[in-house]
Amino acid sequence: MSAFIDRITGSQVGGATERSIRLSLSFIRLGPVIILLLLVLAMTLLSPVFLTGANISNVVVQTSVLAVLAIGQLFVILVAGIDLSVGSVLGLSTVTGAIVYTATSGAGGLLALLVILLTGVVFGFINGFLYVKGKMPHPFIPTLASLYAARGLALVISDGRPIPGMSPIVVFLGSGYIGPIPMPVVVVAVLAALAIIVTRRLKWGRWVYAVGGDKEAARRTGIPVDRVLISVFVISGLMAGFAGVLTAGRTDAGFPTAGELSELTAIAAVIIGGASFFGGRGTVINVIVGALIIGVIQNGLNLLNVNVYYQLVATGVIVVVAVELDVLRRRLEQRFRTLQAREA
Amino acid sequence: METEQAQMPRDENGDPILEIRDLTKRFGATLALNNVSLTLGRNEVLALLGDNGAGKSTLIKCLSGVHEPDEGQIFVDGDEVHITSPMQARSLGVETVYQDLALFDNLDVVGNFYAGREPTTPGWLGNWGWVKDKDMIREADELMSRLEINLPGADVETGLMSGGQRQAVASARAMAFGRKIVILDEPTSALGARESRNVLRLIQDAPGHGVSVIVISHNLEHIMQVADRAVVLRQGNVVGEAEPNQENHERLVSMIVGGADEPEVDEPSEAPDEDSTNDG
Repeated sequence: MSAFIDRITGSQVGGATERSIRLSLSFIRLGPVIILLLLVLAMTLLSPVFLTGANISNVVVQTSVLAVLAIGQLFVILVAGIDLSVGSVLGLSTVTGAIVYTATSGAGGLLALLVILLTGVVFGFINGFLYVKGKMPHPFIPTLASLYAARGLALVISDGRPIPGMSPIVVFLGSGYIGPIPMPVVVVAVLAALAIIVTRRLKWGRWVYAVGGDKEAARRTGIPVDRVLISVFVISGLMAGFAGVLTAGRTDAGFPTAGELSELTAIAAVIIGGASFFGGRGTVINVIVGALIIGVIQNGLNLLNVNVYYQLVATGVIVVVAVELDVLRRRLEQRFRTLQAREA
Repeated sequence: METEQAQMPRDENGDPILEIRDLTKRFGATLALNNVSLTLGRNEVLALLGDNGAGKSTLIKCLSGVHEPDEGQIFVDGDEVHITSPMQARSLGVETVYQDLALFDNLDVVGNFYAGREPTTPGWLGNWGWVKDKDMIREADELMSRLEINLPGADVETGLMSGGQRQAVASARAMAFGRKIVILDEPTSALGARESRNVLRLIQDAPGHGVSVIVISHNLEHIMQVADRAVVLRQGNVVGEAEPNQENHERLVSMIVGGADEPEVDEPSEAPDEDSTNDG
């Protein structure tokens, strides 16, 4: 970000129009952070309870499942894809975890955790494999199929009922504390840090952005496009598994209906976080900010005793704003190109 | 001693960097290339001229590994090669810049230069290693100043650049990694006069950096500015070659349009239309 601001003030900038376009572009990049700050400011002014330690901790814990799903979703959206299955996979993973824990009680603490994560990985791989090797026209299709199939499986193997009892490790991760810090926050922080490393510092992460920028160009430069595509779905599935860990840990049970519609909230968080649906653009930090925006809206409107249904309306409005900002970005870039050509 | 002496002239200007012998390529019943032979000298800029459908694109696609020729031989640096894939062409030092440029608009100049070949450390981690950003930025800056290309900066996304700047990035990427031969397909066709000039200078300077160039263009004015030699294709055949200059202008035009079997025949009525649009 600072490099970008340096460039705005840099000497190579031509006319005033160019400067203002660059300024607008950097403003758009900061958009999610600005929206979050404005929301926090508004809620603080409207409710004396909002900016208290207990409430902030509340917001962050409530947002943790969404944040984890959104991190996974970001990888898929970076390659211009979409993963509709994560909510159902989350639900199924809590059920498989609960069943394994019940069946192997005592010895199965760690095993349950691994099974929850593995459920996510398996479905992620199936999604990616069907999309790439099954030559499906868009990731929408295989992940829609998984949305139904995973939910159905969860209901079948649980007989449609919650399965009580969950491994202590999972319960600790979902509702424990390290000192004053809730474990879900630690989990989100660790996963976010890993995701930041992958997207910013690893070759594989660079390839995700390249594939999202232009698949054909990526193929020609020798990037293994198919493997990159499959890998992002595996990452998204793994994140659905972690979201399942947090959910099962908080509820101390496997819920076949857990995570319903959460795939859409996760997509909303990524889009609100400024990632481009056209692919190739988006950062982990902004996606976390996007999840927090949704969390603050929900929490704030609850505190203000606003009808719950207005939360949905507010989220919808912010999604539109975020996507229009992305459209505006593309138009500004087009203007900028034209100016550059005239100057050259 | 003797072998060293024998190699010296070869490295200077002995063997051509690229030689094509009797290349033939058919698509079904269509004969796209018919016994095409040509050479590209070391540090030479060779223009490939011809009307649409003359076989220029097929020829460069055979060199860049997109098509495999049906018959004929290709020699790079005196060694016969069988180019079966774009990756292999690249590993032989043959880099092609197509008209679509294959740039990543969401990546900066550095990202575009290194996409798919980012240096990482430590090596044993392979694709999971850390990207050496500082090295990449330093080398990209060096490259940009060596090639004297004028860009807003190494950390600016190519999506923010003009057509000429984008062409410069794609060409510079090819020249940096092509090492031996860079093939440019219509590098100036989408550019205005001023932007064309920058790209043409880049082509002109390529031999100074040890890169030999094959350039395809419809613009004879531009060819005359940068190319040492022009080879003309028509209907899959090499119909002649000439040094591209004002004296040979009409001769080249008549070879391209193929008004007669005799290339020397003047067809003055055709000539003025060819380049009248160019004000560069």
